[in-house]
Amino acid sequence: MQQAQTLYEKLWSSHVVRQDADGTALIYIDRHLVHEVTSPQAFEGLKLAGRKPWRVSSIVATADHNTPTDHWEEGIKDPISRQQVETLDANIREVGSLAYFPFKDERQGIVHVIGPENGATLPGMTVVCGDSHTSTHGAFACLAHGIGTSEVEHVLATQCLMQKKSKTLLIKVDGDLAPGVTAKDVVLAIIGRIGTAGGTGYALEFGGSAIRALSMEGRMTICNMAIEAGARAGLIAVDETTIEYLKGRPYAPAGDEFDRAATYWRTLTSDAGAVYDKVVEMDAAAIRPQVTWGTSPEMVSDISGVVPDPAAEKDPVKREGMSRALAYMGLKAGTPIKRIPVDRVFIGSCTNSRIEDLRAAAAVAKGRQKADSVKQVLVVPGSGLVKRQAESEGLDKVFVAAGFEWREPGCSMCLAMNADRLESGERCASTSNRNFEGRQGAGGRTHLVSPALAAAAAIAGHFADVAELN
Amino acid sequence: MRAFTTLDGLVAPLDRANVDTDAIIPKQFLKSIQRSGFGPNLFDEWRYLDHGEPGMDNSIRKLNPDFVLNQSRYAGAQILLTRDNFGCGSSREHAPWALDDYGFRALIGTSYADIFFNNCFKNGVLPICLPADVVDRLFATCMAHEGYRLKIDLAAQQVIEPDGKAHGFDVDGFRKECLLNGWDEIGLTLRHADEIRAFEASRKAAHPYYFR
Repeated sequence: MQQAQTLYEKLWSSHVVRQDADGTALIYIDRHLVHEVTSPQAFEGLKLAGRKPWRVSSIVATADHNTPTDHWEEGIKDPISRQQVETLDANIREVGSLAYFPFKDERQGIVHVIGPENGATLPGMTVVCGDSHTSTHGAFACLAHGIGTSEVEHVLATQCLMQKKSKTLLIKVDGDLAPGVTAKDVVLAIIGRIGTAGGTGYALEFGGSAIRALSMEGRMTICNMAIEAGARAGLIAVDETTIEYLKGRPYAPAGDEFDRAATYWRTLTSDAGAVYDKVVEMDAAAIRPQVTWGTSPEMVSDISGVVPDPAAEKDPVKREGMSRALAYMGLKAGTPIKRIPVDRVFIGSCTNSRIEDLRAAAAVAKGRQKADSVKQVLVVPGSGLVKRQAESEGLDKVFVAAGFEWREPGCSMCLAMNADRLESGERCASTSNRNFEGRQGAGGRTHLVSPALAAAAAIAGHFADVAELN
Repeated sequence: MRAFTTLDGLVAPLDRANVDTDAIIPKQFLKSIQRSGFGPNLFDEWRYLDHGEPGMDNSIRKLNPDFVLNQSRYAGAQILLTRDNFGCGSSREHAPWALDDYGFRALIGTSYADIFFNNCFKNGVLPICLPADVVDRLFATCMAHEGYRLKIDLAAQQVIEPDGKAHGFDVDGFRKECLLNGWDEIGLTLRHADEIRAFEASRKAAHPYYFR
């Protein structure tokens, strides 16, 4: 009998082109997602070496990082941003692609939102992109991870990557989530538990009944932040939720071919008895809504908690890191999280800009008003299709009535490469993935939260439990 | 790729854990479509007192006197001492490009984030892991002695202190060969083009829907 395999081992072994005695393998890449920031030097390198792309039908491209989220009719004002987007246009026009959703296209959006929603991300694929949040696609049982620009060029030229097998870590979350606790809270709680380097060297698999109960949108949120736990790849096994999501998507197979594919996809689970290098178990019922207080995603607390005291930390390097984080964040140890006021709110990013996220935020915003003390609440849908769906449900009207701004799709204030950014010293409740110093604008202070909590902070003017809003 | 064999370089200590790639090279500089020129903006937000944007004349910007790399004793450093989880966050290869452009050829620390670690090797920058107690001591010695230098011998896999004390380090065999020889990985992979084509054909036959 064949040995029981983990999902990671199945995906790995089905993509090995060749393997050397020391374990260095050539891995075949099925899907190559491309955006404007990390690809220009790769296309240039390819051209300088006189090489041709190996298989352009693997490429799905879009412009997302630099694109503005309002006044599209005015184009991209920043000349350097515009040049980068135009360079992508020129490169894709020259080499070709399976699909290209340029700036202003109705299906343009964040690369990690458009891949799945168009069925360009399919179970069993290897998916790469010059973007660390490529781990998102692991929600479809894809071996998906971010790569640097040299590797973008390597994939363009050879359709392969040179790699060694990762170790495997199963994060098992069993039980029922309490009402109001979302996928974002689960993944922040996981990062709080294992740390931002806890997954380094591992492929993470998220399992357990609480993960299986999540929608594909929730699963994408979880896998998206695997990289924030240090793991390049996060994985979730295929089940009927996965199969149902894919039906009718433009680049997914159809008819009999879909059924045949689905038969294979259903095998993309870890076998009973498969052995992981490490297992972490968590109780879903114990997870509360989460809010980060520091400058690393592991610096996270329950909404009902307080800002921790560095003096209580024994490890001197960690203590110093906490002190520096509190100074940067302008917070005092012992402050209740719920007493921290916010200046701006950002609802968007590849972590939380899908339809389910917007519905959760709108449910909180409905019939309520943004606090006067909050300067701006940006709602940035993940793609043109998400935007259209939200508008068909009237969510845009809910947001606008609450005093929120309804924007065009893109990465926006997650990393502030476009005009959406925090001013120095401003504090933001953000549904994005990184609270690093300066991430949302130089001197800006980021607190990572779920869409529901972000909307609640917008209404209350400070962090608040949704249930406690009047 | 430029080869890395041996290095005898001045050491600079960056005594912080979890240094992320947003800190190494902030996002506004990622708008460049070049591979070079990132050095003046390495650690931009820590290094300068004002806010940096692409196109500024960095030579006239006011330096932050408290930032370690701005101390004259570390001018020309080629080895950066780091702490846990250096290079976490974004996959931007602009981070090793900026370190390299500034003049760093090697990093010595306790651990690195996976994507960053991988990106360093593609650019002739050697990230070395040593045990925490050794790194602690190197930090203390480096800060106590102006002009502190270390030697790195990749072939022998050793970091050598001025008194001759050597510390062995691990490095993946394939990556080591690539660095020592300055090999182009794409060229190496394309030697197996027939195997890639054969694999691709059989995968396409079994799963045509991945190849639309």
